[in-house]
Amino acid sequence: MSRQPDRPPPPPVVQRLRIRYAKRDRMRFTSHRDVARALERALRRAQLPMAYSAGFSPHPKVSYAGASPTGVASEAEYVEIALADKRDPDDVRRALDAALPPGLDIVEVVEAAPGASLGERISASRWQVELREVDPAVAGEAIERFLALETAPVERPTKDGTRTVDARAAVVTLAIADHRPSVADIRQSAGPGAPPGGDFAPCAILDLVVRHTTPAVRPDDVMMALRQAAALPTPVTPLVTRLAQGLLDETPSASDGTPDHPVQLIDPLAADAVEAPPQ
Amino acid sequence: MPVESVWPRLEPLLPQVSKPIQYVGGELHATVKDWDVAGDETVRWCLMYPDAYEVGLPNQGVQILYEVLNERDGVLAERTYSVWPDMEAVMRAQAIPQFTVDAHRPVKAFDVFGISFSTELGYTNMLTALDLAGIALHARDRSDDDPIVVAGGHAAFNPEPIADFVDAAVLGDGEQAALRITEIVRAWKSEGRPEGRRGLLMRLATDGVAYVPSLYDVDYLPDGRIRRVTPAVAGVPWRVSKHTVMDLDAWPYPKKPLVPLAETVHERYSVEIFRGCTRGCRFCQAGMITRPVRERSITTVGEMVQRGIAATGFEEVGLLSLSSADHSEIGEIAKGLADRYEGENVSLSLPSTRVDAFNITLADELTRNGRRAGLTFAPEGGSERMRKVINKMVTEEDLIRTVSTAYGNGWRQVKLYFMCGLPTETDDDVLQIAEMAKHVIAAGREAAGRKDIRCTISIGAFVPKPHTPFQWAAQLDWETVDRRLRALKATVMNDRNYGKSIGIRYHDGRPSIIEGLLSRGDRRVGAVIEHVWRDGGRFDGWSEHFSFERWSAACDAVFAGSPVSLDWYTTRERDQSEVLPWDHLDAGLDKDWMWEDWQDALRSVEVDDCRWTPCYDCGVCPSMGTEIQVGPTGRPLLPLSPV
Repeated sequence: MSRQPDRPPPPPVVQRLRIRYAKRDRMRFTSHRDVARALERALRRAQLPMAYSAGFSPHPKVSYAGASPTGVASEAEYVEIALADKRDPDDVRRALDAALPPGLDIVEVVEAAPGASLGERISASRWQVELREVDPAVAGEAIERFLALETAPVERPTKDGTRTVDARAAVVTLAIADHRPSVADIRQSAGPGAPPGGDFAPCAILDLVVRHTTPAVRPDDVMMALRQAAALPTPVTPLVTRLAQGLLDETPSASDGTPDHPVQLIDPLAADAVEAPPQ
Repeated sequence: MPVESVWPRLEPLLPQVSKPIQYVGGELHATVKDWDVAGDETVRWCLMYPDAYEVGLPNQGVQILYEVLNERDGVLAERTYSVWPDMEAVMRAQAIPQFTVDAHRPVKAFDVFGISFSTELGYTNMLTALDLAGIALHARDRSDDDPIVVAGGHAAFNPEPIADFVDAAVLGDGEQAALRITEIVRAWKSEGRPEGRRGLLMRLATDGVAYVPSLYDVDYLPDGRIRRVTPAVAGVPWRVSKHTVMDLDAWPYPKKPLVPLAETVHERYSVEIFRGCTRGCRFCQAGMITRPVRERSITTVGEMVQRGIAATGFEEVGLLSLSSADHSEIGEIAKGLADRYEGENVSLSLPSTRVDAFNITLADELTRNGRRAGLTFAPEGGSERMRKVINKMVTEEDLIRTVSTAYGNGWRQVKLYFMCGLPTETDDDVLQIAEMAKHVIAAGREAAGRKDIRCTISIGAFVPKPHTPFQWAAQLDWETVDRRLRALKATVMNDRNYGKSIGIRYHDGRPSIIEGLLSRGDRRVGAVIEHVWRDGGRFDGWSEHFSFERWSAACDAVFAGSPVSLDWYTTRERDQSEVLPWDHLDAGLDKDWMWEDWQDALRSVEVDDCRWTPCYDCGVCPSMGTEIQVGPTGRPLLPLSPV
């Protein structure tokens, strides 16, 4: 018996769409697999003309560019989908957003332009870390101690034991963020998950930019190093949100990490949004 | 008065526990209503499936009642599931009560706490939930502020082992019963809760909608058997009957099933194509207590699938029932759905099928576009004699013909289910399973013209269940079950020609003995459940959590000095005159007919399916005022206009 299914090959891909989505409020507790299942079901409910892979169990062509860890909220997750028929990106944004549960929100949809892939346009993440019940001054001192370290090895439990990563090497910026909106503000507008205001004072909010490395250094690892090597007390589990992903703008004048020249990430969809795709 | 959500206190703790997504709710089609949606008239249900979220969420019973109740004005229904031990520890440390996943409201604040028991092994999880909720474990210790705790599901047909812990039990189909209970609770609340909690329980009992164990007295004989069960209060019925929904087309639920974010055991849109089964397999409690057969029409099935797939985005449709190929129009349903979803990557599954060549045609249709991986059949007994005892009317010829067709049509694996420990079984009956598997492989190799086909045999230990002809039978001790299964495995593995083509799967026999205790137990078993729970017993349906030693030790402690024991409840055969703990609970089956059927079993006499042959007087239809409802209707699957 043939090992290939007895039917015509799937229709070809005619359009690729790049999607930025957010994981807000209680949806931060979804794992990457949970998000993938929810998104694929939403694609079906939204009745998008998905392109499918060939084979015995065809699956829609969806590719994910990294994924924030379970428990971490995000304003900037990226995924690319392939369609067998052309659709207006903005219609797709509305349809897909309506088909997803609240908290998994579609922020932006653009048609993919030729050139660099999504993965090639992302080399770092900007994280916001909310340290409830931590005095910003105390956090500031711990950050100074951390930044002075040569290396900050931390152990992370994995399936096969533990793995040691250097939490210091991947950190591009770590500072007290004074001009940023807190995650609590986002959550207040997000509905039932929002805590009553004023409960968490004092609260230190950190701005953290981490280079994507292999093995990856997660905000958790940096927090672990802050606790262990820089003696930062964290009475409550920190609330972490990915604010942006993109290429580090490495031009020296643009970003040296000082308050006057904060490190900038280049929006990975900017190139697609600007260039009209040639047909 | 609104109740406070536990979410603000829960959320910061979630990163500490495994799979936090299971506690956050927010599923597609989850319903959150205002707590006071109808002011003082509001009736609030908390529904629980007493297992982990990944198992409980897909449960059809809970999803149907959730939707039926929430569709009504003035009623709100939320859900709760068993929390894993790591979460239980966090909740105890932080004083967070058992909560619903919908609005994270404390379970104790609801009017009715309904728990659906598919299996008796969820009893300890009920105690965890009650305790975490701050509801007294014992029904008699509860106050007017506590919800009434109602058990449902198949295990509720003998709720005696949990009689201390539940306020009421509902037998049979829940749709109309849940609405009836809602009306009674609303009337009682709006009248100012006359006579408090007991007043409400009296209303439920005298109405007949539910069985209220505390309103019955049980007396025992000196030898441990039950002398009698009698109403303790005037006005309470001597017998409580099951509920039967007679028009499934009028109850097309679930319409908008919950679509979870977390991964769960079933990820599909399931539609019951009929309820009930009259095949008459004597071991099968489901087939006895859900009679008569009531088909859902092909048109309703077609509409439900169309709406369900559109509403959920699921890629798989399950056509559920106790024996799905027996629907009078199953061929048309399968072909119609396969046509409708041709090229759309929606797969169809038919979980329960009998051994019959027609099923291969059906299975071929269902997998028209997909891979033919495995087919499953359940001969249940290895020898012809054994199959006559259990009334599973399958000959070895039937089976060989069926599997030959399957292998010939490109199926590569056949899975066969059997039971070990059936009444009158001998060592040889079990070894016959190996012979059957070898014949299957031999016939399959010939039909497929190749050697790389496989057959997997999967064997479960038989547990005698209430309201079946085997309710009087002795359960086989676990040592003998294990010995027979080891011998079977050795026989299969040592076979030079076929051993490598046959896989064998079984579990040890000890959990089945505890299931047997809980299935046929009486009120005295409640103390054992509580003892086990206090000793740390949780998630008894999970082999990594189950401890036979814990249950066995609890029986020794609780039953010391009494005439009963773990063996007394399980491996003891009952005689015709014994009062069984569930005799006052009426599934419609005539006890004399069941005894006759038990005697027929011992004589290897078979009985036909009453759908196609004359009535054999099992008693259900006349006593329940019901009748068999089967097609064919001759109607088409599809409504032609878009729905």
